Amino acid sequence: MAKTNEELKTIATQVRRDILRMVCLAKSGHPGGSMSSTDVLTTLYFNQMKQDPATWTRDGKGQDMFILSAGHMTPVYYSVLARCGYFPVSELASFRQMGTRLQGHPSVRKNLPGIFQASGSLGQGLSAACGLAIGKKMDKDNNFVFCLCGDGESEEGQIWEAGMFAVHQKLDNLIAMTDWNGKQIDGPVEEVSGIGDLAAKWEAWGWNVIVADAHDFDSIQKAFELAKAGKGSGKPVMILFKSEMGHGVDFMAGTHKWHGSVPKPEQLEDALKQLGETPLGDF
Amino acid sequence: MKKYTDTGKKDTRSGFGAGLLKAGEANPNVVALTADLKGSLKMDAFAAQFPERFIQCGIAEANMVGAAAGLAITGKVPFIGSFAEFVTGRVYDQIRQEVAYGNTNVKIASSHAGITLGEDGATHQTMEDIALMRALPGMVVLNPCDFNQTVQATLAAAEYNGPVYLRFGRPSVPNFTDPDEPFVIGKAIVMNEGKDVTLFATGHTVWEALQAAEALEADGISAEVIDIASIKPLDEQAIVASARKTGAVVVAEEHNMAGGLGEAVAGVLAKACPTPVEFVNGQDLFGQSGTPSALMAAYGLDAPHIAEAAKKAIARK
Repeated sequence: MAKTNEELKTIATQVRRDILRMVCLAKSGHPGGSMSSTDVLTTLYFNQMKQDPATWTRDGKGQDMFILSAGHMTPVYYSVLARCGYFPVSELASFRQMGTRLQGHPSVRKNLPGIFQASGSLGQGLSAACGLAIGKKMDKDNNFVFCLCGDGESEEGQIWEAGMFAVHQKLDNLIAMTDWNGKQIDGPVEEVSGIGDLAAKWEAWGWNVIVADAHDFDSIQKAFELAKAGKGSGKPVMILFKSEMGHGVDFMAGTHKWHGSVPKPEQLEDALKQLGETPLGDF
Repeated sequence: MKKYTDTGKKDTRSGFGAGLLKAGEANPNVVALTADLKGSLKMDAFAAQFPERFIQCGIAEANMVGAAAGLAITGKVPFIGSFAEFVTGRVYDQIRQEVAYGNTNVKIASSHAGITLGEDGATHQTMEDIALMRALPGMVVLNPCDFNQTVQATLAAAEYNGPVYLRFGRPSVPNFTDPDEPFVIGKAIVMNEGKDVTLFATGHTVWEALQAAEALEADGISAEVIDIASIKPLDEQAIVASARKTGAVVVAEEHNMAGGLGEAVAGVLAKACPTPVEFVNGQDLFGQSGTPSALMAAYGLDAPHIAEAAKKAIARK
């Protein structure tokens, strides 16, 4: 049953609460990019992906698959997976603690359901997603492979190797996304090492490019529907989600300062107040 | 002493090509990827037989590693092939995350390893790859010695579930092992029994060690020759048993000292059976252009150098 925009908004608000409480409990982690991609990942997992925690296996047979190339965005990833039912929501409290399945960056070695591949060292996930997409084509498995990259991550050369490869391999079952929040750990992307017009670049590479608003559920849903309709075109799809780092909390929004740093207790209280409580409840 | 006969020189990379074809025939999930080195890796036969299971990645090794990991996750058994330097040093982080840590069933086919790559010179010769791959948790490291053994090692790699680094070379070298001898990962192969000194060798140096043993026999020295085709896991039991018997050890490899087989064997012996060890390997060196045989001699890796090292080891008993 597809969620309404209102329902998605409620889940996304709860996910943002989870993100902030997880990083504050762990006293480390990456809230900024997690909050800029919250609405996209919520929509993907709750409305767009063919996925089922009950029958999940790492080989992804008969289901859509997802790779988080920007592996530091684990807070949003784990929260969305837990809220979907891949593992108990209470387990979010163990994020980054000794012995946890919720490693700082995604691990396949802790038996955490939902994780298809390790990531964290940037620029590598899109290549793995290409491999998944080819594997699905070989198996005549008609499902999609999704991959989320960061815009700062796109400074890695391997992203562009994968970009050429996916076009050459005609991977029209691959839907890549870039969380285009314009910020990276050392500052604004255009100041650190500018990547310029991502839309023009991916188009020149031969991809179907869709630009969408990462904080407007209608825009997000439309982008995914359009991307899926590209099946049969012989071209991979890149959805550029224009987003805001730290979206949802006024003092965190739009600055790189929250890429990898954690609110103080009084800031957390303020942030949670701004987000408001949801019927889903905190972990 | 058992005499080995060269049944006709062949390159070990052709052994890989033949093994890959056989593995592909045996298992429809076997796929192969290369980064513009299909011919050099002898993947032509596989690509011709199974075009839908062969993926040309172009000159983009990092992407090839990731794509192979993805394929492995979906249940394929991917072999990625390039020159040893370009499937290890160039993509170390990709192999570490996507293959080793990611625990994907990827087979790294590494050709033109060591100094015998020859004329292309130091940029293409790696004497460090074993060290890099050995250092990765869970990575199996295989270095077969001739064409026949490389065929069998390729089949064993395909059947094994987990990451494998399979190292072989460019030049034509003697082919002398039994073509029907199955390859067992983790098992050392006793080529010749002896009592005065043990010559542990891997890859191209196994033939050199056999030649050295013949020369030593003429001097009245009985040398045991053990082929360490499986560098990781290492057959520690066989290594200790032989060292206990002979009391003197030589380790020969076409690789630098740092992180190579020599250090691995010395580590085992230091723990279980301290024994004088002489090393026939590269000492913190880059290679240079030259013919393979001239380079093996110049860098001290051939039979005469192994025989000399054996005498030194015996003198230290």
